[in-house]
Amino acid sequence: MAFNMSPKKNPMPTQDPAVRNGNFSEVALGYTKEQAIDEAKRCLNCKTRPCVAGCPVNIAIPEFIVKVAAGEFEEAYQIIAKDSALPAVCGRVCPQETQCEGKCTRGIKAGCEAVGIGRLERFVADYHNENAACAPEVIPSNGHKVAVIGSGPAGLTCAGDLRRLGYEVTVYEALHVAGGVLVYGIPEFRLPKAIVEKEIENLKAMGVKIETNVIIGRTITIEELQTDYGYEAVFIGSGAGLPKFMGIEGEGLKGVYSANEFLTRSNLMKAYLSDSATPIQRAKQVAVVGGGNVAMDAARTAKRLGAEVHIVYRRGEAELPARREEIEHAKEEGIIFDLLTNPTRILATAETDPKKPAFGWVDGLECVRMELGEPDASGRRSPVPIVGSEFILPVDCVIMALGTSPNPLLTSTTEGLATRRRGEIAVDENGRTSLEGVYCGGDAATGSATVIKAMGAGKIAAKAIDAYIKSK
Amino acid sequence: MYRIVRKKQLNQTVTQMEILAPLVAKKARAGQFIILRVDEGGERIPLTVAGYDRQEGLVTVIFQIVGATTEKLNNKKEGESIADFVGPLGRPTELSGLKRVCVVGGGVGCAIALPVARALKEAGASVTSVIGFRNKELVILEEEFKSVSDAFYLMTDDGSRGEKGNVCVPLERLLKEGEQFDEVITIGPLIMMKYVCETTRPYNIKTVASMNPIMIDGTGMCGGCRLTVGGEMKFACVDGPEFDGHKIDFDEAMSRAGAYAAFERRAHEAACNLFKKEAE
Repeated sequence: MAFNMSPKKNPMPTQDPAVRNGNFSEVALGYTKEQAIDEAKRCLNCKTRPCVAGCPVNIAIPEFIVKVAAGEFEEAYQIIAKDSALPAVCGRVCPQETQCEGKCTRGIKAGCEAVGIGRLERFVADYHNENAACAPEVIPSNGHKVAVIGSGPAGLTCAGDLRRLGYEVTVYEALHVAGGVLVYGIPEFRLPKAIVEKEIENLKAMGVKIETNVIIGRTITIEELQTDYGYEAVFIGSGAGLPKFMGIEGEGLKGVYSANEFLTRSNLMKAYLSDSATPIQRAKQVAVVGGGNVAMDAARTAKRLGAEVHIVYRRGEAELPARREEIEHAKEEGIIFDLLTNPTRILATAETDPKKPAFGWVDGLECVRMELGEPDASGRRSPVPIVGSEFILPVDCVIMALGTSPNPLLTSTTEGLATRRRGEIAVDENGRTSLEGVYCGGDAATGSATVIKAMGAGKIAAKAIDAYIKSK
Repeated sequence: MYRIVRKKQLNQTVTQMEILAPLVAKKARAGQFIILRVDEGGERIPLTVAGYDRQEGLVTVIFQIVGATTEKLNNKKEGESIADFVGPLGRPTELSGLKRVCVVGGGVGCAIALPVARALKEAGASVTSVIGFRNKELVILEEEFKSVSDAFYLMTDDGSRGEKGNVCVPLERLLKEGEQFDEVITIGPLIMMKYVCETTRPYNIKTVASMNPIMIDGTGMCGGCRLTVGGEMKFACVDGPEFDGHKIDFDEAMSRAGAYAAFERRAHEAACNLFKKEAE
């Protein structure tokens, strides 16, 4: 087989930015078969396999890529499926540049790009979902029951892995639809909901049961799961919690959203569709405060709803925590970046009568320019306000994308479940909590992180649960 | 799917439904709420628990037809089902240690005040109930309140039934006469709860208000239900829905409650037109 020694990846076909910033269809269109084979031939199948170590779920990357290069796409899928419950999702939302691709031998030399592992994973998963005729194998039950709390990436991964080992797994979901952050948080244009549904259907076909509309901690307690329901182990993958706000004046005004609320309205409740029963503000000018992936998602959603959108971030471009690709996509779509800028208060409409509909809406965001100060003890230059540089950004909507703090719902209703200082559920390296038989992973244990890290935690916990039940 | 086992119209705009949801019925307590969706594609709306039957697995909700979703819910018949019903959410009413309590309900809020009054009565407390409505056509649950109250006051704005005036009138009178309540619990329109709190404030009587803000998930994720209590941001879904009324910023809550009023009006009109067409 001839290697493809091109220093650059096959570019990902995408929708034109000027078109896509007005629709919710997926931005990246995916490789063709020919592009996939050509890209797969860039893999040297090197002995050191650094990519595998860079993957939080340790997919056998060179092996699946060899199959792609040979045009054996279904075989490639079967290799990925051994380690990942959600390949079509990961191929789209993983930060590959800091994981598998960040370690790739092809990307080491200056000017050279890593193999497009994420793009290939996506291609293979999509190929499978479009072409696979056979249902997945249903492993017979080993007679042991495990409950999983939350159907986001951590929960689904843990559930899939345990089911493959023969466990009878039931996933409890608080919302009316399964998928967690994959359905309420990540927008359609980055991760189509039909893809998530398909992945969940695959898990169900394997025998994973999913119960929606059940809030563990309220509808059923963890203790009841262990006693009345007979689950030998419980995995908590309940995700992130309460949205953070800045504590500045005006955060109670109408037109101020947490990114969670804004995205949930649009993604989960489909408020972006004109016939949706759930409302969302159709703002003219929006400020999104924050610089992470969630901020980019909120900004690009607001843009598609017809607004002029500003990202307001207190540090500089280099410090933006979002993935480069998301930042580039946002820029292409016309998002305005107000960097080294920090909000100081949110102004209200002039109407002073609480009974009038015009009372209490956002009417501008007061900001101050920042500069990077002297390096602090950690060596990082922290931003400091420039005195007298206050100005008003004329916006009618402000979206706070500042991360989340842990959800108190489970910890306040489960006696003996230890938390860390800030309230995250305390776990050891295997995801074990302070309660026997209760494991936890993902944002509930770590605070806001990524889909793939949550999947990695779900995987580790599944292994630990298997060992725990077998040792009993 | 969750079946509507019984349906009863309490007045021209208020309907009571008993919905089959055994897991929720098993856990529900006074003061908590549920979230429902009428059908696929419907919005999620919170409704406070108005009662439950643990044996039969039923949860009672009482709602006023105020928008497109409650209109759609009201058009469901006995024996039909709704798509989603989840709960119980929020913290239950704190009843322990209360000996003398005044329960103040307004309008459809009386539906939620009733189980609180009943729970207090069952716990051995002396219960004074003050309930208020706009006019006699809108009066609900009068007999039920009487049966759980040691003292009972019915108010209407126009005096067409009971005493003329708002709920603060008898409350103020009782307080002036030296009535010493351990606590006043108020559930109803925001503006009413605000004035109930203002009435009790000079007497320094602890007053708890049940808040019902806009929310989506109800589990502490979206932050839409935030309100200011004692200068701090609180989330009604996990910190409430009941808060110290003397510390609530009611003006902010009232403003936030109207965030989607224009959308609601349009949706309601669209829904009404649709039902009219179907009826023709």
